[in-house]
Amino acid sequence: MEVFEEFPALGRKTLSTMKKVIDEAFKGFSREYGQALEDFFDPLLRFLVWFEKLLLATPWPIILLIVGVLAWLGSRSWKISLGSVLAFVAIGILGMWEDTMATLAIISVSTFLCILLGIPIGIFMARSDRAQSLITPVLDVMQTIPSFVYLIPVVMLLGIGKVPGLIAVCIYAIPPIVRLTNLGIRLVDKEVLEAADAFGASPRQKLIGVQVPLALPNIFAGINQTIMMALSMVVIASMIGVKGLGVPVLRAISNQYLALGLMNGLAIVALAIIFDRVSQSYGKRLQAYRKGHGHD
Amino acid sequence: MTDAKIRIKNLYKIFGKSPAKMLPLVKEGMTKTELLEKHNHVLGIQNVSLDIPEKRIQVVMGLSGSGKSTLIRHINRLIEPTGGEILIDGEDILAMDDKRLRQLRRTKTAMVFQKFGLLPHRKVKENVAYGLEIQGVEPVKCAERAQYWIERVGLGGYEDHYPGQLSGGMQQRVGLARALATDPEVLLMDEAFSALDPLIRFDMQSILLELQQELHKTIVFITHDLDEALRLGDNIAILRDGAMIQQGDAQEIVLRPADDYIADFTKDINRGKVIQLRSLATPNTGYQGETLSAGTKLEDALPILAQAPEQTIGVTQASGTLIGTVTLRDAISALRS
Ligand SMILES: Nc1ncnc2c1ncn2[C@@H]1O[C@H](COP(=O)(O)OP(=O)(O)OP(=O)(O)O)[C@@H](O)[C@H]1O
Ligand SMILES: [Mg+2]
Repeated sequence: MEVFEEFPALGRKTLSTMKKVIDEAFKGFSREYGQALEDFFDPLLRFLVWFEKLLLATPWPIILLIVGVLAWLGSRSWKISLGSVLAFVAIGILGMWEDTMATLAIISVSTFLCILLGIPIGIFMARSDRAQSLITPVLDVMQTIPSFVYLIPVVMLLGIGKVPGLIAVCIYAIPPIVRLTNLGIRLVDKEVLEAADAFGASPRQKLIGVQVPLALPNIFAGINQTIMMALSMVVIASMIGVKGLGVPVLRAISNQYLALGLMNGLAIVALAIIFDRVSQSYGKRLQAYRKGHGHD
Repeated sequence: MTDAKIRIKNLYKIFGKSPAKMLPLVKEGMTKTELLEKHNHVLGIQNVSLDIPEKRIQVVMGLSGSGKSTLIRHINRLIEPTGGEILIDGEDILAMDDKRLRQLRRTKTAMVFQKFGLLPHRKVKENVAYGLEIQGVEPVKCAERAQYWIERVGLGGYEDHYPGQLSGGMQQRVGLARALATDPEVLLMDEAFSALDPLIRFDMQSILLELQQELHKTIVFITHDLDEALRLGDNIAILRDGAMIQQGDAQEIVLRPADDYIADFTKDINRGKVIQLRSLATPNTGYQGETLSAGTKLEDALPILAQAPEQTIGVTQASGTLIGTVTLRDAISALRS
């Protein structure tokens, strides 16, 4: 039987027209709304540029101080704080200060954006089973689809630059925060919620006073993962025009500069470790009350 | 009874996909087992009517699964009934909209839970202040009131602890303080002391009785423990399979159990501690000797009876009027049966 030897695919012609139609439609959409979208994202671009400039304009000792203080506030561990400062010193000595600041800027802004969008979406999902069943597959797709695939429409719409980079990073990095916010709220003890109900708490009072605080350790785990995923997008984002540590890595790949690639790669790792340790120990401190000991 | 604080009338609750369709079947007499087997619905409450008097402790008793929790959750409408009516102070709580219902829960009722239901992320003082905070009372006042109730339940010094750092008994004191802090008229207690070990449980009962002497709340107290029911209850209602099979005061339950199920329940208790002379007195107008008050427990009356002339003693009401006499023989046989 001949039919079984080769899959009865649509004809070459049909397929190519189909693809063409889709491409044309999207190009049309892009021509029509590209400008509007760019205008829409303009405030974001300005914020990102401003933040990057701020980081670069701030004298390095002050940045080191801020890094140390933030690490201390987050972790309350002098080891982590000192380690973070030393990592930044090493980065500076090895000449990667500017790229690191640029990366820091895009990571911070995209994390901020992910939190801003992700937590409300997570809350919404937790409140409605329907929303959950609709959003979960979308998150699955966002996490598994190869980043290069969604880079195409993003670039078609917005061109090359910081904003498309930011959007690409966010698409990749937002799922954990959404998922873990949803999970955290759903895991809140039913009995505690019933108690809140019995005392006449309104849905808002329950959300702010009970659900979110009790979900916070999970939400924090989500933020932590979001940051990690954003960092892992640094190189890909630099392919579409985002400055930072990814650019030298790309250069190193195309020119086979081993040392350059390694150094910048390790700088990304250093940032990741700092963010991870600080946010994890902050998350742990958040749930200190769960342990039965200590007096505060 | 006209002074009922809470009236429950012909309450039905069926759990499942389409409870309303099942209601007529249940009203026609389908049993809990049948309903579950044939229609896969659970009968939670069937035709329960109960008038809960003001400023008294109403105990609801029954074995596990008899519908106690379901019943008490109807009173503040944490559960919606399938049929029937619930009135608090004459107001139909089923007619209330969300806002009015929250108002009721904030100011008129408060609940104490078997597993405490404390907010683990809040300190003791913040837990106790929770109800007030929800009402929108200003923080300074919240703290003041919380402090007062923390001391009243004997937790002074633990204000800044988290619930997870306290023992079960202490956690339930927090639960009690939290409920009392809003000064509710109605206190709903669902097996509030069941998770505690016997000594602590006895302590908590004492605290509750002591507070009640001064506060005069209307308390609905759920328990599966007869001793607890007899100790606390001014009035006791007994549930089985969601139906109410008897209600009355402790003596009625002990002396005239409505059926074998209840008789079985009551057979092991110390009757001397429950039965009062009132229920044994036989009219005897000519009696002239020593008397005891009608509320005297058998346990306390026995030694006096044994010494009394002809082993007979008079029983008087609080007003002093004689209602009859009791003989040692009556007393002993009442202890047995
Ligand atoms: N949400 C629910 N869905 C289905 N069935 C329920 C639900 N809640 C309670 N039931 C059923 O209703 C009946 C009464 O339950 P309830 O929790 O009121 O019993 P209880 O007397 O409080 O028991 P316990 O002493 O174990 O607390 C049980 O058969 C239970 O399985
Ligand atoms: Mg129960």
